[in-house]
Amino acid sequence: MDRLRQMHSTRAWSLLAAAALLIAVVVPLVAPDYLVPLLGKFLCFGIAALAMDLVWGYAGILSLGHALFFALGGYGMGMYLMRSIAGEGVYRSELPDFMVFLDWHRLPWYWHGFQSFPFAAVMSLAAPGLLALVFGWFMFRSRIRGVYLSIVTQALTYAATLLFFQNATGFGGNNGLTDFKRILGAPLREPGTRRALYAASAIALVGAYLLCRFIVTSRFGRVVRAVRDAELKSRFCGYDSTHYKLFVWTLSAVLCALAGALYVPQVGIINPSEMQPSNSIEMAIWVAVGGRGTLLGAVLGAWIVNGGKSWLTAAIPAAWLYALGALFVAVTLFLPEGLVGLGARLKSKLIARRAGQVPVAPPSVDPPASAP
Amino acid sequence: MTAAVSWSTAHAGPVPLQDAIDGLASASDDTITESVTKLGALDDPRAIPALDALMDDRLRLGADSHAYIWDSKTHDARDALTGQVVNAPRPLKEVEVSNEIRRAADPVLAQLHLGSPDAEVRLAAAKALSTAGSDQAAALLHRALARERDPKVHEALALAIARVDLASPDPNARLAALDIIARSANDDFLSTLQQMLAPGDNGAPREPDGRVRAAAAHARDAIVSHQHLVGFVGELLHGLSLASVLLFAALGLAVTFGLLGVINMAHGEMLMLGAYATYTVQTATHGSRFYLLAAIPVAFLATASVGVLLERTVIRHLYKRPLETLLATWGISLGLIQTIRLIFGAQNVSVANPDWLAGGVEITHGLVLPWARVGVVGFVVVVSAAVWFILQRTRFGLQVRAVTQNRAMAACLGIPTKRVDALVFGLGCGIAGLGGVALSQLGNVGPELGQSYIIDSFMVVVLGGVGRLAGAVAAALGLGVINKLLEPLSGAVLGKILVLVFIILFIQRRPQGLFALKGRLET
Repeated sequence: MDRLRQMHSTRAWSLLAAAALLIAVVVPLVAPDYLVPLLGKFLCFGIAALAMDLVWGYAGILSLGHALFFALGGYGMGMYLMRSIAGEGVYRSELPDFMVFLDWHRLPWYWHGFQSFPFAAVMSLAAPGLLALVFGWFMFRSRIRGVYLSIVTQALTYAATLLFFQNATGFGGNNGLTDFKRILGAPLREPGTRRALYAASAIALVGAYLLCRFIVTSRFGRVVRAVRDAELKSRFCGYDSTHYKLFVWTLSAVLCALAGALYVPQVGIINPSEMQPSNSIEMAIWVAVGGRGTLLGAVLGAWIVNGGKSWLTAAIPAAWLYALGALFVAVTLFLPEGLVGLGARLKSKLIARRAGQVPVAPPSVDPPASAP
Repeated sequence: MTAAVSWSTAHAGPVPLQDAIDGLASASDDTITESVTKLGALDDPRAIPALDALMDDRLRLGADSHAYIWDSKTHDARDALTGQVVNAPRPLKEVEVSNEIRRAADPVLAQLHLGSPDAEVRLAAAKALSTAGSDQAAALLHRALARERDPKVHEALALAIARVDLASPDPNARLAALDIIARSANDDFLSTLQQMLAPGDNGAPREPDGRVRAAAAHARDAIVSHQHLVGFVGELLHGLSLASVLLFAALGLAVTFGLLGVINMAHGEMLMLGAYATYTVQTATHGSRFYLLAAIPVAFLATASVGVLLERTVIRHLYKRPLETLLATWGISLGLIQTIRLIFGAQNVSVANPDWLAGGVEITHGLVLPWARVGVVGFVVVVSAAVWFILQRTRFGLQVRAVTQNRAMAACLGIPTKRVDALVFGLGCGIAGLGGVALSQLGNVGPELGQSYIIDSFMVVVLGGVGRLAGAVAAALGLGVINKLLEPLSGAVLGKILVLVFIILFIQRRPQGLFALKGRLET
C-alpha cells in the first residue's frame, strides 16, 4: 500500500483510474467504427512513447533505434497473422503468398512455430528484447554514450532496414507482410474484433504505464537517474551503471515491441519503412513535445504529434515535413521540458504570484553534456 | 610515315595502279575481283578511297571507261586516284558489287590500311585482318610488323599474327602464338582458347598436341587472372571514389563535432545542397564547359553560409545539450529536404559531366579509369590538404585548435570563441558542399541524396576518432574501400551490416576511435 502511494498520490490514482476507464471502456463503446483503428494506433504509439521516455528521459539514452524494436515486434505478430491463414492466400498455398511469388518451396526455419499465437506472442517480444540485450551489452560495456550511442543505434536501425528491404531475408521485402485475415479466429474486418484490439491496446498502455511508473519511483529508478546525471559518480558509489542501463534499455525495447505487435493487426500491414531511422527520431520528438522524464507527458506528446500528423497530412500534405521540422527545432529551443514542463512552470509562476514571490525554476532534467 | 609512302611508290608506278582502279568499275564480276587482287599485290594505300567507294556503292564507270567516285552530297564526280573533282564524261554507270567481291575486297582494304600513315587506321586494320582469315594475312601482317614503329600498333599486329598462327597446322607456330597471347593477357582470346581446350565431337581434345594444350591452358589462366586483377582494380577505384565522398562529409563532421561536440544531422543535406548548387550553376551557364569550376566556389559559399546561419540561429543555443542538437538539426534537415523538393521537384535532376571529365583513360587492356572518378579522388586530396593547411598553418586554425582543446582558456586569451564556432560550422558545411559537387559527377542528384551518406559518414567519424583529420581520412578510406570490396562477395546489404558489426566490435577495443587524442585533452 505504501508502495502504491509512492507511485502516485491518492488523488492522482483516482484521476488515473478515471482516465484508464475512459480510454479502455468508454471510448471503445461510444467511438464510431471508422475511428477505432486510428485511436488504437495512437494507443500503440503511446506505449512506444513510454518506452522511449523510460530510456531517454530516465536513463539519458537517446535511442534512434526504437523503431526497429517496434517493427520487429510488429513482424513477429505479422508472421503469426500470415501463418494462421496458411492455404487461404491468393495462391492457396501452405506458404505465405510472397514466398510463392518468390518461388520458394519450403518455409525458412525462422518461420516455424509462428502458426501458434502464444509462440508468436512470446517471440515478438523476446526477439527484439534479445537483440537489444546483445547490442546494449556491447554498447554499455564499452561506455559508449551520448551522441555516440545515438548514432550507433541509428546505424543499427539503418542496417536492419536494408536487410528487411531484401526479398531474400524472408520477410516479404519492401511490401512487407500484409493481407491479414483473422487473429485468434476472429476476422480482422469485424468492428467487434477491432474494438477488442483497441481495448487490448488500452489495457497494455495502462499496464505499461504502471510498470514504468513502478520502476521510476523505485530505488532502482533512482539509481538509473543517478547514472543519467552522473555516471562516474554512481559508479564510484558502487553501482555498476552498465547493468542498470542494460536493464532499462532492454525493457524499453520489449515495451516498444509490444506496441508494434499490437499495432500491426490494427493497421493491417508491416513493412520495412516502419523501422526506418526517421521513425525512431519521430518517437524522440513525441517524448520531447510531451516532456522527458514524465511518462504521462510522453504519451500525451505522442498523441498530439500524431494527431497533428493525421490532420495535416490530409489537409496540407506539403506542409507536414515543415511542421515536423519546425517542431523539432522549436521544442528543443523553446520547450526543453516539453508541455508538462511548461505546465509546471506556469503553475509555479501562478503560485508564486499569489504568494508574491519570485518563481523558482523547476530543476532541469537534462543529461550532462557528455564529453565523447 | 614517309618511309611507308616512299616504299609503296617505289614498288608500283601510277600506270598499273590506275589500270587496276579502273578495273574496279568494270561490268564483269571477274574483272573486278581480278583488279582487287592486283591492288592487293600493288599494296599502295592510294587505292583505299577507290576500294572504299566500291564497298559503299559510290564507284561509277565513266564513258571513258575510267573509274570515278560519286559524291552524292555535292553531285560531283571525283577522280578515283587523286580525289580531285573532275568533269567526268557522262553517263556515269553504277557498279554492281556482289558479296563475293566484298569478301575479296575486305582483306585487301585491311592490308592497304596497314600501310596507312595514320596509326589508328593501322590498328583497326590489324584487328580486321586477323579475324578475316585470308591466306596471305600472316605474310601481310609480318611485313607490317617489321616496319611498324608505334608500340600500340606493334602489339596489335603481334596479336593479330598470333590469332592467325593459332589456326596454323604447325604446332611450333601455335606455341609461339600462345606465348604472345599469354603475355598480352588479352581477353579477346579467351573463348578461342576455351574452344581449343574443350573436347571435340569425337571426345578427343580439339588441340592434338599436348605441349600446345599446356601452353593454351597457361595462356587461359593468364587471361583469367588478368581479368580478376582488372576487376579488382576497378572495384578499388570505385571504393576510392566512394571513400572520397564519405571523406568530404566526414571531414566537416569531424571538425564540427570535434570543436563543438554536437552532431549535425543536417550535414548530409549540405552534400545535397552542394549538388543542387552545381545543378543550378550548370543550368544558369547553359551547360558551359567550365560550369563545374564555377560551381566549386558557389557550392562552398552557399553551403557555408547556410551553415553559419544555422549555427547563429539554432545550434548556438544548444551547445550544452548535444542530444537535443541532434533532434533540432534533424528537424532542419527535414525542412531543407522539403524546400529543395518544392523548388526543384521530387524527381532526380541530372548533372552532366563536362566533356573534359567524360570518358576515361585506359591503363591496360580492359581497365578504364573514368576521369570523373579520378577527378573526385584528386579533388578530395586537394580539399583535405587545404583543410589541413587551414587548421595547422593559419591563425584561424590555431584559434580553432585552441578552442577545441580548452574553450574557457582560449576565451580568456582573447580568442572570439563564438565567432570561431560559427566560422568552423560554416567551414564544415562548406566542405560537405564541395562533396556535393563531387557527388553530382558520380550519380543522380535528388532531394534525399544526403540521407544515404549521413549514416556512413557518422560511422567514419566514430571509427576515426572525433576531431581528428588523419582518423577521418583513414576511416573513410577503409570504410569506402571495404564496402566496395565486400559488395561482390556478400552483396551490398550484407556488406554494410558486416561493416557495422565490425565497427561495433572495433569500438569495444578502442572507444575513442582510431586516432584518439592522447593525454588529458579529452576529459
